[in-house]
Amino acid sequence: MMTSAYNKIEMMICTAARFLEDGTTVAVGTGAPCAAAMLAQKVNAPNLVIIFEAGGLAPLLPQMPISVGDSRTFFRGIMAAGMNEMMTTCCRGLVDYAFLGGAQIDKYGNINSTVIGDYYKPKVRFPGSGGANDFASFCWQTMIIAVHNQTRFVEKVDFVTSPGYLTGPGAREAAGLPAGTGPHKIITDLAVMGFHPESKEMMVESIHQGVELQDVLQNTGFRPIISESVKTTPPPSDTELKVLREEVDPGRYIIGRQ
Amino acid sequence: MNIIEEGQAPLFMNPDPDKAREFFRKKPRAMTDKRMTEKEAVDMFIPDGCYLAIGGFGANRIPTAILHEILRARRRNLGFLGHTSTHDFQLLCAGNCLKKVDVAYIIGLEARGLSPNARRVMESGEVEVCEWTNYALCVRLRAAAEGVSFGIARSMLGTDTLKMSGAKVIECPFTGKRFVALPAVWPDVAVIHVHESDIYGNCHIRGISVADLELARAAKRVIITAERLVDGYAIRINPTRTVIPFYLVDAVIEVPFGSYPGNMAYEYFSDEQHLAQWLKVEKDTDEFQRFLDKYIYNVSSFEEYLELCGGIKKLKELRKLEALVDR
Repeated sequence: MMTSAYNKIEMMICTAARFLEDGTTVAVGTGAPCAAAMLAQKVNAPNLVIIFEAGGLAPLLPQMPISVGDSRTFFRGIMAAGMNEMMTTCCRGLVDYAFLGGAQIDKYGNINSTVIGDYYKPKVRFPGSGGANDFASFCWQTMIIAVHNQTRFVEKVDFVTSPGYLTGPGAREAAGLPAGTGPHKIITDLAVMGFHPESKEMMVESIHQGVELQDVLQNTGFRPIISESVKTTPPPSDTELKVLREEVDPGRYIIGRQ
Repeated sequence: MNIIEEGQAPLFMNPDPDKAREFFRKKPRAMTDKRMTEKEAVDMFIPDGCYLAIGGFGANRIPTAILHEILRARRRNLGFLGHTSTHDFQLLCAGNCLKKVDVAYIIGLEARGLSPNARRVMESGEVEVCEWTNYALCVRLRAAAEGVSFGIARSMLGTDTLKMSGAKVIECPFTGKRFVALPAVWPDVAVIHVHESDIYGNCHIRGISVADLELARAAKRVIITAERLVDGYAIRINPTRTVIPFYLVDAVIEVPFGSYPGNMAYEYFSDEQHLAQWLKVEKDTDEFQRFLDKYIYNVSSFEEYLELCGGIKKLKELRKLEALVDR
């Protein structure tokens, strides 16, 4: 397949979009997840029901929302409701996927978007949970989109803002979170990772074309499990790139970040 | 009741519903003309030290004119309900107005990046924080609106967000399962920007309502800014559309383009150039101070601010963007 030149962020967004199947429901966080969800809607999942925490339900996105509460999030939508409506829909088990970002992610898929360093004397204060903790608690499967580096992928996050598998197998259920929920895929600019069915630890499943396993390991702050059958992630198609650049993010908010 | 776990952060507001009922018992119910100026509303209803909540969603349908007036009035030591607060939070940090914050989302402006000044303020350790999630704050407002002392959800379980919150984990008396008890919060004052209001405070909102229906019912006092005032008949001809009834409302101010530089659904898009300029000038404290003087402190009215930002020409562009006419 002929594919034009693309950058790593474009690769990440296109890969993430493919994980959203048509006819499913997805709650989308701010930033890169918005871009991936819109790309999916335009290319591979026209009937994807995109849910925004501020109240937008199933828009036909005309461009990538800058905010998960801007007017694009209910443009030609099915409903313009409120946060209570959208969040309780997740609580009742009607939402298949949470699609999130995060400043720090650990081997159990726990997400930190609150502080780096000591909580009371933080090196960096980040926004906090927003709706991410809620989505990661209630949606059946959580997917995370993040740029791959050692400071982001760490053995243990400084602060568990949103729950992954917490401390390992059974920990979510013991904490009282709904059974059968948890992290599903982590999509980065280098690889796709899942979670080992027993240990619930992060596991490299596919490596993007042109990337070596060594690159993935060097950019991960812990030793991930390597799947016995690591695949090569196919590169973005011309259609995906065209839609991403011309329709989803012409302002290059997301794909222009390096 | 058996408490399994509890957050260690302090509660900023008393969750006793009978205290709220005492207040609401005396709240005037007469359908009177509530129009006033931004300055009058801030003077009357937003004193130093009060607990404030802002409607909308960060830079969408926000009451910018009141936020600017809070800065000009040099309000200090405010409590704040930070549920996806973005440009609103950036403004309150710019004015050093805050003392304690219930946090679900602060500092960031979503895809636009983080506010350098809001980060400085929150990393200084001078503002007390209590962590929550967007839904948790929504449940807290809903509980307040229902007149009960707490609501329940399964948010925050197993996380540090819970440890640094004011929530308690309890056991369900029916199933034995764990739930998070979230204390009701009755803000002293809420400020909400709407599409239309009559002079009494009966309001219409188009598009998403975010958590404003709960907020308007939880807050002790409500200030409404409206894109446009409408005749009372416009409310009575279609009561299905009324989302906030007058008896919740204490002040009504007509502010056309009142969510600028934020987005107002079906009216105008956000001014991304202006918001980007905010993030840029915040990097340098001197430059930021000059910027604030120019756009807020040396400005006498919201109309003057709109003029400084490009006036009707700019607003026409933002209308076109919102309507996607040139797409």
